[in-house]
Amino acid sequence: MAVKSNNQKAWLFVLPVVLLVAFNALIPLMTVVNYSVQETFGNNVFFWEGVKWFEDVLHSERFHASLLRQLSFTGIILLIEVPLGVAIALTMPKKGFWVSVCLVLMALPLLIPWNVVGAMWNIFALPEIGLLGRMINGLGIDYNFTQNPTAAWFTTILMDVWHWTSLVVLLAYAGLRSIPDAYFQAAKIDGAGTWAVFRYIQLPKMKRVLTIAILLRFMDSFMIYTEPFVLTGGGPGNTTTFLSIDLVKIALGQFDLGPAAAMSLIYFLIVLLMCWVFYTLMMKNEDQ
Amino acid sequence: MSMITLKDIRHSYLPLPVDDIDWALKEMSVEWQDGGAYALLGPSGCGKTTLLNIISGLLQPTEGEVWFGDQNVTDEPADARNIAQVFQFPVVYDTMTVYDNLAFPLRNRGVDEAEVDKRVREIGAMLDLSETLAKRASGLTADGKQKISLGRGLVRENVNVIMFDEPLTVIDPHLKWVLRSKLKELHQRVGATMIYVTHDQTEALTFADQVVVMHDGNVVQVGTPVELFERPQHTFVGHFIGSPGMNVLPCDIDNGKVMFAGQPLQIAGTAGSDVKGRTEIGIRPEFVSFAEDGIPVNIVNSIDVGRFRIVEAHHGDDSIKLLVPEGEGIPADGAHVRFDPAHTRVYIDGWMVGGN
Amino acid sequence: MKKFTWLVPTIYILFLMLPIYWLLNMSFKTTNEILGVFTLWPQEFTFENYIAIFTDSTWYNGYINSVTYVVINTVISVSAALPAAYAFSRYRFLGDKHLFFWLLTNRMAPPAVFALPFFQLYSAANLFDTPLAVALAHGLFNIPLAVWILEGFMSGVPKELDETAYVDGYSFPRFFVKIFMPTIAAGIGVTAFFCFMFSWVELLLAKTLTSVAAKPIAAIMTRTASTSGYELGLLAAAGALTIIPGAIVIYFVRNHIAKGFALGRV
Repeated sequence: MAVKSNNQKAWLFVLPVVLLVAFNALIPLMTVVNYSVQETFGNNVFFWEGVKWFEDVLHSERFHASLLRQLSFTGIILLIEVPLGVAIALTMPKKGFWVSVCLVLMALPLLIPWNVVGAMWNIFALPEIGLLGRMINGLGIDYNFTQNPTAAWFTTILMDVWHWTSLVVLLAYAGLRSIPDAYFQAAKIDGAGTWAVFRYIQLPKMKRVLTIAILLRFMDSFMIYTEPFVLTGGGPGNTTTFLSIDLVKIALGQFDLGPAAAMSLIYFLIVLLMCWVFYTLMMKNEDQ
Repeated sequence: MSMITLKDIRHSYLPLPVDDIDWALKEMSVEWQDGGAYALLGPSGCGKTTLLNIISGLLQPTEGEVWFGDQNVTDEPADARNIAQVFQFPVVYDTMTVYDNLAFPLRNRGVDEAEVDKRVREIGAMLDLSETLAKRASGLTADGKQKISLGRGLVRENVNVIMFDEPLTVIDPHLKWVLRSKLKELHQRVGATMIYVTHDQTEALTFADQVVVMHDGNVVQVGTPVELFERPQHTFVGHFIGSPGMNVLPCDIDNGKVMFAGQPLQIAGTAGSDVKGRTEIGIRPEFVSFAEDGIPVNIVNSIDVGRFRIVEAHHGDDSIKLLVPEGEGIPADGAHVRFDPAHTRVYIDGWMVGGN
Repeated sequence: MKKFTWLVPTIYILFLMLPIYWLLNMSFKTTNEILGVFTLWPQEFTFENYIAIFTDSTWYNGYINSVTYVVINTVISVSAALPAAYAFSRYRFLGDKHLFFWLLTNRMAPPAVFALPFFQLYSAANLFDTPLAVALAHGLFNIPLAVWILEGFMSGVPKELDETAYVDGYSFPRFFVKIFMPTIAAGIGVTAFFCFMFSWVELLLAKTLTSVAAKPIAAIMTRTASTSGYELGLLAAAGALTIIPGAIVIYFVRNHIAKGFALGRV
């Protein structure tokens, strides 16, 4: 890797990016901070409220419930998508015509607009006219995701697995392909079995790509809004109301700007904090 | 431990080889004596690694058989052949300690822990790794990692052969000779057959008792370093070994008489009288000297390399290199050179002819 | 065991294709058939839904709007990220690490957090309901991503390349355009693909920042589904059409996808 030289003029190169991102990030963030410490009754009249909204949000059961649902959802999909993605990457063909076929077909869900994903799964899972709904009901299981919370969760998770497992597959596959042949040859000579090869060669070599995969999946699933909103609208009841859905309900539905802003900031900080902790732990592990 | 025999081996990476160029390895039969130190020498892409992988069982030859002693192992996988291989880039299991790395091949074969411990410590000591046994293997330098790769081979009892595929590529120059003498020492101590693949003649000639020179998928000569130097069987060997390489000059053969530059030349052995094909003479620069008469040349270049000067002289379009010892003068105009008859050899279509 | 490993990806791909098949199946059915009987393939095969989309200007304008802001976003993101990524890969400067991390945090910002302030910001800037607004807003997550991916590619190019070019008398801009950019062409392609992808699939911000003139196709779908009752066939056809641009883009970059995903700090 190239050795970097000191050069403060590099700031000029970075300037366009800084300006564009700052325009998008800092001004809205300041707006949010501004709202989060004030109360309004409309007409652009604001009153100073201090940290009241933050205290309210942190003590509100509604927020706790959304956060718990969000954490459960993210935890479940990570537990399914990461091992599944790795397993699929391991069994994919290594070269030839079928590699392209697999990659193209697998990447397809990643490029479908998110509300189309929601709408597609809605049509697919509807108990009367959807293929999935019909099949499950045909097995004698009473399944209706618009009324039954368990069915709603099942469908939302299945949809996310459908939508995003391919991302893990592609990353893991790229990681696997970058392992030099000599490792597999050495393992063969050393008499290592399939499991030992996975445990001592493939898994360690995939560590970096898997870190990226888990980080991306964590961030994106924690921010999920459109797909479950289109699929279930957050229901039945509030059972699939994740953080983003709840936030939009408060901000745009009830127009409670103060609490919504305070919640936004807490939400953002949680994502940042968890990413930071995760990243630091992984890197520390690496250094040892 | 046993002798390794390759019988009529041929290999192609293509499913349906047709032409000569489709074969990465052309038909060959080679024997490797038990306990020998061999070097497999040749330029990149000549088929060295292919041949190595066929011996280790990582590749199945398209045709032919591989025998270890009196056993046909052609269809045996690599782990059943009890061989060891050190690769160009160090292969270590990053997450394991040095100790676990060395123990890995034994544990995979279900050896009991007491025996594992004994062997690992023994090999660790032999490779000067005793102090680092408890460390993570990923933290070691390149030469340390190569020692681990080697150790994983040595730790097993009675390996049939240890193969090295350009093992010093990523080692710092000043450590190369340390590791090389370590290998030499180990060969004497362990007594296992070793095959060392390289494109570097110094590495090959210092390591091996027998050097196998490959060119274009063929084995062109098997011999001791001295034989390769004094009696190259093929002009390629002459070129490739020696610095500078052998002079190869076009000549005419007329009724058993070798003619170069309009003059008859005395050669080692006889040229034979029935000659067809491209005829050349080969003479190493070490055996060319300036003389009062002989082949008239123009001197074009002279490089001082310490104890010698390498002088390049032209006769017509042919370039002749010669070594002039330090302190000896180089004649100005009207220089002549002469070839030492005992080391002047005749090649037809690249292959040496007439006596040894 | 080994013989049957191909089953795993095959079953997975079948699972991926089922909902897409169902969407296509619906799009070729009449509304009566969809609501009336359950059929695995269209009994009365019809192009009605597609014809309806291609003859209604609100529908096809939606496509044009979407493609417009996606393309603008990709161009802005890649061209702004190129010099920045070069700076991060080649130079040390005051605050470089913090800046890089700050950029990446914007990739972690939930769009739901920014929806309302964005609406106010772009209204104040007189950009509301223009493709440019959406393109700039998507820069929030695409620019950091582009910098991240490009930096990975650029760090793989030895610094000697730059130095040789200067010795040969190239000025910086000429070197960057004539030598450096062609060297990392694959990286630029992969980056553009990711910018395209994330801008194309995002809807929350796109919907918030548009009302009539610049409304994206995906938002028009949502409106149709909610206002005109249950026109599932039309919805399915529109959805099926949104898959096509993505499919075309994937086809072109298929050989680079795996590589692009593995970049960054890998």
